[in-house]
Amino acid sequence: MHPAYSIIFFTTASGAGYGLLILMGLGAAAGLLPSGQLFGLVGLGIAAALISAGLLSSAAHLGRPERAWRAFSQWRTSWLSREAVAAAATFPPMAAFAFGWVLLGRLDRWVAAMGVLSAAGAFLTVSMTAMIYTSLKPIAQWNNRFTLPVYLAFSVMSGMVILNMLLQLFGAGSRPVLLAALAATLAGWILKIIAWRNGDAAMPPATANTATGIMGGTVRSMEWPHTEENYLLKEMGYRVARKHAKRLRVIAQALAFAVPAVFLALSTSVPAASAAAASTLAAISQVAGLLVERWLFFAEAKHTVTLYYGYDL
Amino acid sequence: MTAYPAKTEKQLGLVIDLDACVGCHACVTSCKEWNTGGHMAPLTDLAPYGGGADGVWLNRVHTFEQVTEMGGRTVHFPRSCLHCAEPACVTVCPTGASYKRQSDGIVLVDEDKCIGCKLCSWACPYGARELDADVGVMKKCTLCVDRIFNENLPVENRVPACVAACPTGARHFGDLGDPTSAVSELVEERCGVDLMPELGYRPTNKYLPPRAAADKPPCLSAPPLEAAFPEGGFLAWVDRVLSK
Repeated sequence: MHPAYSIIFFTTASGAGYGLLILMGLGAAAGLLPSGQLFGLVGLGIAAALISAGLLSSAAHLGRPERAWRAFSQWRTSWLSREAVAAAATFPPMAAFAFGWVLLGRLDRWVAAMGVLSAAGAFLTVSMTAMIYTSLKPIAQWNNRFTLPVYLAFSVMSGMVILNMLLQLFGAGSRPVLLAALAATLAGWILKIIAWRNGDAAMPPATANTATGIMGGTVRSMEWPHTEENYLLKEMGYRVARKHAKRLRVIAQALAFAVPAVFLALSTSVPAASAAAASTLAAISQVAGLLVERWLFFAEAKHTVTLYYGYDL
Repeated sequence: MTAYPAKTEKQLGLVIDLDACVGCHACVTSCKEWNTGGHMAPLTDLAPYGGGADGVWLNRVHTFEQVTEMGGRTVHFPRSCLHCAEPACVTVCPTGASYKRQSDGIVLVDEDKCIGCKLCSWACPYGARELDADVGVMKKCTLCVDRIFNENLPVENRVPACVAACPTGARHFGDLGDPTSAVSELVEERCGVDLMPELGYRPTNKYLPPRAAADKPPCLSAPPLEAAFPEGGFLAWVDRVLSK
């Protein structure tokens, strides 16, 4: 599948933003976070900026962005529509939560309730995004039980690493959050390795024989209908060289998991100022690594339509 | 809503005979010609005369080679929308632009509602949908809705453009939901198949597989000429002499 930068940026940025919102909402409601208004402003500001930039980027990839409002209508059947509804529904509680925390300076009662509500909305939105990919039967690398947990895990993982960075920068470094960020990073790493293995071993959903109805023997593509690349090949026929994919997987793992894990581990045993710097580098490295991982998520996904063009699934 | 009807009154569709198709692309060009002025118009071509030509086509013909222990053979394979009974392209549509008609089962795109998100083309395993990058909306086969019900056309022309154009009679149009229709009987007789049945989309269009090759090669020599004047006589003698 074609790795469109708009969608890679959208899923990564919004994923991190929603993950941060989940943790800010639940953490503040449980009284585990600093209650300062400036911390609320910066934390929720970063979450809202990541979410909004991602959503705008996803709208920009549409052929007719001015009609995007129509996407709220088909939530009964379409995961994409459900994602749009969940994303829109998360904004009011998030705004109320931010209003209560940042402007009124309180985190009790209804403000806490709004925090929990926006966390729930964020969790649902990321789940809907993952279900869009999970539901596509022609793509074995997406249509499996790993897509949803990986999306959710990476959202919370990157949110946790960013939250740890903010706490460290505010001089409110919390050892439990730091250790949780480290644990989430390692858990995300293991989950991704399992998901990659599963995707590599996935049985093709169809063969050239069943795709053409020509039963028996081997069916080999002899001639394409066209000499130039068409929409199908540009969109669904994207191929990444195996050696590049291998190298990019190493890069993704280094940036998203290994480097952040080292910096987070370092942060546990150095003075506060150095810990803040190390935690910041961990967050930057992880987001960069997740962008590479998301690029591979698309580039390595194989669609059944390519059977008609003689590709192996 | 983009929920598809559980059952449609008719199941209009195509039956494509892979044994008869000669890969001439007449169905492809007549489809383009009709539909670039029809319901799905325009079917944009970008850079049609230069390098990197790209354009929207609703029907495309691939060529495959099948190799069995009997030997190899070439099979031409026209590919277009199969108007599935369970079309995921319809259910994934976030705007309701994609729909399947209750009356005849045709799957269509309302181009005024399409936002060009491409998700339907991802959900279609057959590559039936192509984005028109110029207009920003998705295009697909309409089964020529603007021909088959068009009372301004002579009755014999009320078939999809691809069917009307096929010089070898490899394409047949009819109601596949009616077991007594000519197309249903043809599918029955020739053991017509669904494409990628394992995905469960239940396509309406059927493909007739190429017939098995004959066990022995056909006799190519002409029968000997019959003897002239079998009753005998002088002319029979002349015939025998000249035939030597």
